[in-house]
Amino acid sequence: MSPVSKLDEQAALVMPDRGRAALNALVTGLACIAAALLVHFVVGSMVGPFVTRIMLDAGVMIILAVSLNIVNGFTGQFSIGHAGFMAVGAYVAAGITYYSSLALFGSYQAQTGLISVGSLIFAASALVGGLAAAGAGWVVGLPSLRLRGDYLAIVTLGFGEIVRVLLQQSNPQLFSWDETRAASLKELVPPPLGGAQGFQSIPTYTSLFWVALFVAITLVFCFRLKRSSEGRAMLSIREDEIAAQAMGVNITNLKVRAFMFASFFAGVGGALYAHQLGTALRPTDAGFARSFEILIAVVLGGLGSISGAALAAVLLTVASALMIELGPWRMVLYALALILIMIFRPGGLFGVKEAWEVFGGLWRRKAVAR
Amino acid sequence: MLDVSNLKVSYGAVQALHGVSLRVEKGQIVTLIGSNGAGKTTTLRAISGLLKCSADRVAFEGRELRGMPPHEIVRLGVAQAPEGRGIFANLSVNENLEMGAFIRNDVDRVRQDKKEVFELFPRLKERLAQNAGTLSGGEQQMLAIARALLTRPRLLLLDEPSLGLAPQIVQTIFKVIREINQAGTTILLVEQNAHMALKVAHRAYVLEVGRVAMEGDAKELAKSDQVRKAYLGGH
Repeated sequence: MSPVSKLDEQAALVMPDRGRAALNALVTGLACIAAALLVHFVVGSMVGPFVTRIMLDAGVMIILAVSLNIVNGFTGQFSIGHAGFMAVGAYVAAGITYYSSLALFGSYQAQTGLISVGSLIFAASALVGGLAAAGAGWVVGLPSLRLRGDYLAIVTLGFGEIVRVLLQQSNPQLFSWDETRAASLKELVPPPLGGAQGFQSIPTYTSLFWVALFVAITLVFCFRLKRSSEGRAMLSIREDEIAAQAMGVNITNLKVRAFMFASFFAGVGGALYAHQLGTALRPTDAGFARSFEILIAVVLGGLGSISGAALAAVLLTVASALMIELGPWRMVLYALALILIMIFRPGGLFGVKEAWEVFGGLWRRKAVAR
Repeated sequence: MLDVSNLKVSYGAVQALHGVSLRVEKGQIVTLIGSNGAGKTTTLRAISGLLKCSADRVAFEGRELRGMPPHEIVRLGVAQAPEGRGIFANLSVNENLEMGAFIRNDVDRVRQDKKEVFELFPRLKERLAQNAGTLSGGEQQMLAIARALLTRPRLLLLDEPSLGLAPQIVQTIFKVIREINQAGTTILLVEQNAHMALKVAHRAYVLEVGRVAMEGDAKELAKSDQVRKAYLGGH
């Protein structure tokens, strides 16, 4: 592609044509749904429960890693409390579906069928969970993103711990609607989210369809963001804050926005995690260990690379599932693999580039060599 | 156009500027020369809002800039090509230029302005898709200036454009600086290379440890004994 035609193409992208933008959004949305249906029915029918479980875990991990990449990769800040935002989304969404299921259906059993009232409540609760997490992101980000460098890491680390402790202080879970109605104010405030025992019996709505759908939405959003003027401004903050300001970028504003985007998707990811079969949410889900796993996926994939973060998320999930029988040796291998990758590819798998840019480059180089 | 009076900046307990006053008239190139640590960059950064300062007045076209955040000052028409170029190394040349147009919505004009910028710096056009970090030092400086121009400034602040460049490239850069000025952009130029700066500038200020030591017509300052001895290597 010649540089000039690339310029024209970019000019066409920013052309303020609302009709076309709406159509574009509609087509993209339908494509996401189609892809999700495909994964759910076609791929889902070909694999057993074990593989399905890994796919669900991997999907959630993709959402978490790709969203953290907006903060750590695009804007170059260093957040290490992503699990805190995930937990906010998880608990908010689980609270909504669990108690509304008790109220509406008289039981916490998930309704069957791909599209049911219950599953729509679940989808809505996932969005509410995301918004709650984004709100938390705003509260945390606004004061701390004015600071530079390590402070954000410290603040986000502290945030995860605060969420964990607050969740421990929540009231015991209530197991029927009658019980809930009869509950005194003291039992409802703080909300009955299970405290240190964990939040159990969450309706299991998370299926391949919903995970694939939200993964697709997250990926589309991130790729669009990266190519947009706003996304480029985020990248410019990572490259050089002073120069970014000199170009007219309001860096605090944009950092907070990046932080809220990331928190939103973390919250959605948390909601999907919460509604998986066999999940009991625990306050420790907000803790450092989980945040660290997400961070590793982003660093491994290459800070700034969306496809890198997604691929690393899948690799890490699959690896830890396959190595589950190795017991404690798993962590040793895990660490060893990380060390090796950091030695041989210190910038992560793809660096700041996307997979096709990296492989496209290799291919071109070979062609030239020939 | 730019009227700075009694500008003071401190880094913690260390005062870097002890009341600098300067004026830039529309259409001129005004240069700020002085040795390392004289406060040249500090002055520029205070004007563009990157540093907190106290002053009696920092007025651009009659508007007070003090206390205004840098991203708003750019929107008023004051652009800066930062010292050490400050290019976005992992973005392509084209993306860097697009960042220059970040504050603008007039897509067609931006495209036109890009063409004009390529006429000033043909090299950049050849390297559009390349990562900016892979450019040579001279090309990076060109990119920094080109990027600042795409904000469509009325006042361009250039911070040490000759820093670390080969003499031949420096000649090219200064030629372009003059062309930009002739096309109607006012320029405040900070330079250690007093020889080149005094050649292109209309007016000049000599900064010494945070104070204006001398000011006046650039050609006359270049002839004065004091400047020749201290900054031009004369005897």
